[in-house]
Formats: sequence, structure tokens, C-alpha cells
Amino acid sequence: VATVAPPTLPGHPAPAPAPHRHAKRSLVPWLLLTPTVAVLLVLTGYPLVKLVITSTQRYGREQVFGAPPEFVGLDNYRAVLTDPTFWTVLGRSIAFCAVNVVLTMSLGMLVALLLTKLHRGMRLLVTVGLLLAWAMPALTSIVIWSWMFDAQYGVVNWLLTNAGLDYAGHSWLIEPLSFFAVATLVITWQSVPFVAFTLYAGLTQVPDDVLEAAQLDGASAGQRFRLVVVPFIKPILLIVTVLQVIWDLRVFTQIFALQDSGGVTSKTSTIGVYIYQVGVAQGRFDVGSAIAVVMVVLILAASLFYVRQIVRTEEL
Amino acid sequence: VSVSTSAAEQAALPAPRTSTATTAQVRARGRHRRRTQRILLNLAALVVFAVSVFPVYWMVQTSFLPNRLIRRPDPLFAPTEPTASNYRRILTQESQFPFLDALRNSMLVTVFTVIAALLLALLAALAVTRFRFRSRRAFVMLILIVQMLPGEAMILSLFRLLDGWALTNTVIGLTMVYVAAVLPFTIWTLRGFVVGVPVELEEAAMIDGCSRTKAFLKVTFPLMAPGLIATGVFAFIQAWNEFVLALVLMNRPENLTLPVWLRSFKQVNSGTDWGAIMAGSTLMTIPVIVFFLFVQGRMTTGLVSGAVKG
Repeated sequence: VATVAPPTLPGHPAPAPAPHRHAKRSLVPWLLLTPTVAVLLVLTGYPLVKLVITSTQRYGREQVFGAPPEFVGLDNYRAVLTDPTFWTVLGRSIAFCAVNVVLTMSLGMLVALLLTKLHRGMRLLVTVGLLLAWAMPALTSIVIWSWMFDAQYGVVNWLLTNAGLDYAGHSWLIEPLSFFAVATLVITWQSVPFVAFTLYAGLTQVPDDVLEAAQLDGASAGQRFRLVVVPFIKPILLIVTVLQVIWDLRVFTQIFALQDSGGVTSKTSTIGVYIYQVGVAQGRFDVGSAIAVVMVVLILAASLFYVRQIVRTEEL
Repeated sequence: VSVSTSAAEQAALPAPRTSTATTAQVRARGRHRRRTQRILLNLAALVVFAVSVFPVYWMVQTSFLPNRLIRRPDPLFAPTEPTASNYRRILTQESQFPFLDALRNSMLVTVFTVIAALLLALLAALAVTRFRFRSRRAFVMLILIVQMLPGEAMILSLFRLLDGWALTNTVIGLTMVYVAAVLPFTIWTLRGFVVGVPVELEEAAMIDGCSRTKAFLKVTFPLMAPGLIATGVFAFIQAWNEFVLALVLMNRPENLTLPVWLRSFKQVNSGTDWGAIMAGSTLMTIPVIVFFLFVQGRMTTGLVSGAVKG
């Protein structure tokens, strides 16, 4: 379940919580926090610890059925890190993430700028369209797009064929490169609305008088954007970018479901899907756990950066 | 290229020739330029709208077409003879993967998740906003970090944990996992809303003789009702759309949730029954769209740009 904290916009710093007169050394806050802490300890903390422990054990199908797991130290990590498949998957994930983040951020920024320029009616139209795309459940959207890209009856092949290209019966998912092109299309389609709305909200906070002053000083539109707008919305830009990095790095649903529709698993898995294949499908819990730990470390590194940005823009 | 550049230059900088032109001509040219710009902007807007909406439209329109009209060389772009047969098929026909079971499971898990998460989050949000205690900041930061833990990496140990308690393939088991998954985000969002209600209001009520609890219930709680609803909707959408955990933790055909159902159903019927697949997708999407439009004001007004992503 991917989530995002609401970033506060630069123009509206959140008011700091006022100290309460009951604040002194009270047990009450901890009582209020007890249920949350309990749930997170049992259902997040414990599984996380268990994941790390399993990654240091031999744990396959026999252990699932009761054989005692044997401690093997860092063997699983050695196996993972010396496996060229892992590095291929990791490289693929990072490349895929990079392409998607760059595309999503650029398109999102363009749409946000467009929103600032549009009149009311057109802006409402675009807003409604973006909201629809954003609201689609990830699995539904991948199912729709794979129907649109269907080799036989898909509307995309029909369009391309009618445009005079030879796409009749073309299968988009067999070739890894075009598989990822389709995945990128779907993910960008769904991610641009969030980026566009958030950046648009940021853009509306840029003070008009500063922009006008820059214009009077002879700054071109490009210069005004680079020298006034970007620095002003930089905190939000950073937060959104980090979120996109995290989300695109952990992509699972879209890749997994597209593989169902005809992708070659061994050539298209990203790291999340790879954990599923090794751990769940092949029943190698030990090696799967080691890969999962690597993934957690990667995501946490990005998250720390995210938290740092949040702390900078908002009073905790 | 050279033509367009010179045109752009002419438009941007008043060329020497313009100095001899009358002001009326200059004004007319400016108006003309603005009109061209407006047309281009509106065109771009239409493209963005079309690209955003077309897949959604395509899903709905396919779902109302009989399969003989879906599986034909030239696609139909509007349902000329709309039929509900696809919907009837998935709602009533005996199937290896029953839709209604999945619908019930999804509804139960989602509703329980929302209620539990809101309750716990409300308490926690109060603790971190209305009280000052040591490690309060650290706790909030921890919540932010936990929120980012990838569920994809946790599937193996969560499966074993629930399996050990005999809770795989149960609504309770999946609900527990979902509550833990959405809780950090729910706390963070609610926290923003509680911060928005001035503590002075509560204190005023307490000076007037209310107990602390009563002051909260009478003053703060009503004021943050919109926040509770919005946060609940966010939690709803996440639980409703969640895929990977449900895929691993619920695997019996009668215990699937809607996203996993859609996947299994599509695997069986792909290429033969796109009508039913699109009908199922539409049914699964409707509640999300409704709720999403319901809270979109909160997401676009600017103060709280929260977001949910499947």
C-alpha cells in the first residue's frame, strides 16, 4: 500500500502545536499511543525482524512444513549478491524507475503549468480528466491498458494499422523493451495527475508581484521559471520527486499483471516481483528474504531523504 | 524551423518595421498572438483530457458491448446497441472465481480496516498534537518512515506470521495487515487536521467547565469531522485497491478480494471474454471514483495535498 503524506505548501506553514497546560510528564499521550504502537510492533516490527532472521537461515519448503531452520550466517546474501540475475533485476528496476520518474515529473510539471494558464472551464475539464486517471485502481488500469494493447482486438494496433503501419496482430508484451514501454505508459498516465495537482498547488503560491518584477527586469519566460518559480516550489518539487522514486522503485502490481498478459517473466521482473517469484513461487523463503532486506534498505534510504525534506518544510 | 523561429522572434520582439506601424496594427497583432496562444493552450488541454479519459471511457464502453462486437477487426467507438449481459454474466453466472464473494470480502476488509485505522489514528494523532512529551518528534518521524516500508518486501514474513496464526484466507487476518499498513499514513493525515483546530477553542470550553474529554468531544471532534471523513476515504481507497498482500494472503477462490479476483478472472477469460473483464473492472472502479471525487476538493484546495496511489 503506497501512501503519501500531505506536504504542506511553502505559503502555508503549518502552525506549531501549542503546548498544552496538561503537558507536563503525563502518561496520557502514551496511553493514547498504546494501540498504535501495539499494532505496529506486532504487524510491522515483528515481521521486519523475522524477515532479517529468515535471511540468515536456511529456510525452504521443508522448514515451512516443520523442519528446524539452520543458521547459515550471510550465506543467503552471498548467494544473492553473487547471482548475476539479481544484479540484472536491480539494474532493470533502477533504470525503469529513473525513466518513469523523469517522464512523470516533466509531464506533471508541464500539465501543472498548463493548468495555471487555462481559463476556468478548460481547467475544470482537465482537472476532471486527471482525477479520473488518478482514481483508477492500479490493477484495473493495467487490465484496461492490456486490453487496449491486445494483439488481436486492441484499439492501439487498430489505430496504428489504420495509420498505415504494420501492427496487425503485433504483440507488445513479448519484447522486454516494448513491455516496459507499455508499463511506463500506464504508470506515467496514473502518476502525472498527482504530480500535476501538487505542483499546480505550489505554482499558485508563487507571488505574482515577484514574477512581474522579474518580467519588468527583462527576464524571459524561461528565466522566470528557472530563477523564480523553481526555487520557490523547490521543497515541494523535492518531496514529490522522492515519492515518485520510492513508488517507482517498489512497483509491483503493474509489472506483475502485465506479465500475466504475456510478458516474459525472466526478462521483465523488477525487484518487488522478483521477491515474489523467488520467495512465494519458488518457495525459497531464505533467499527471498535476503533480497527483501536489500529492497527495504534501498527504500529506507530514500525515505530518510523524504522525511528530512518533510521536517524542513513542516513543523513536527 | 527557420520560418517558425523568425515568426516567434517577430512576435516576441517588436521588429524595426513595427515602429512605422500604427498603434492599432500593433494592438491587433498582439490580440492575434494572444488568440493563437489561447487556441494552442486549449488544444493542449483537450489532449491532456483525452489521454486521461480515453482508457476509462474504453473500459466502460467495452463493458456494455456484447462479445461478438468486441471481438471484431474494427473496434466500435460507442456502444450502438448497449447490453448489460456482461454485468449479468459476472454477477449471476456460476464461476470458478465468484465475483460476489470477492465483492463481499473486499467490502468487509475495507470497512473494518477504515474503522479500526481511524479509531487508532485518532488517538495517536491527539497524542502527537495535543501533548508535548519526550520523543514526540522522533515518534512522528518514525511514523513517516514506517509508512514507506515496502509491502512487497514484507510479503514473505507476513505470510508466515498469518499462516502461523491460521489467519491466511480470513477477513480478520487481511484486515489486521491492512490496518498496520494504512495506520502510519492515517495518523500523519489526521495529525494535519487536528493541528488545524486551535487548541485555544478546547481550552475555552475547559474554562467554561467542560472536562478535557468533553471539551474534545464537543469542540474539536465536530470541527475535524471533515478531516476524519477525508482520512477515512484515503484509507478506504488504499484497502480497496491493495493487490500484493491480498495476492499472497488470500489465495482460495472464495476468499479473494476484488483486485485479486480481477487478476484470476482475467487469466481464465483473457482473449475470450473481454466484456466480462471490463464489466468487473468497472464495478470495482465505481466506488473508488465516487469516493475520490468526493474528497478531491481536499486534495486540490492546496492546504492538504494528500494523495493515494495503488
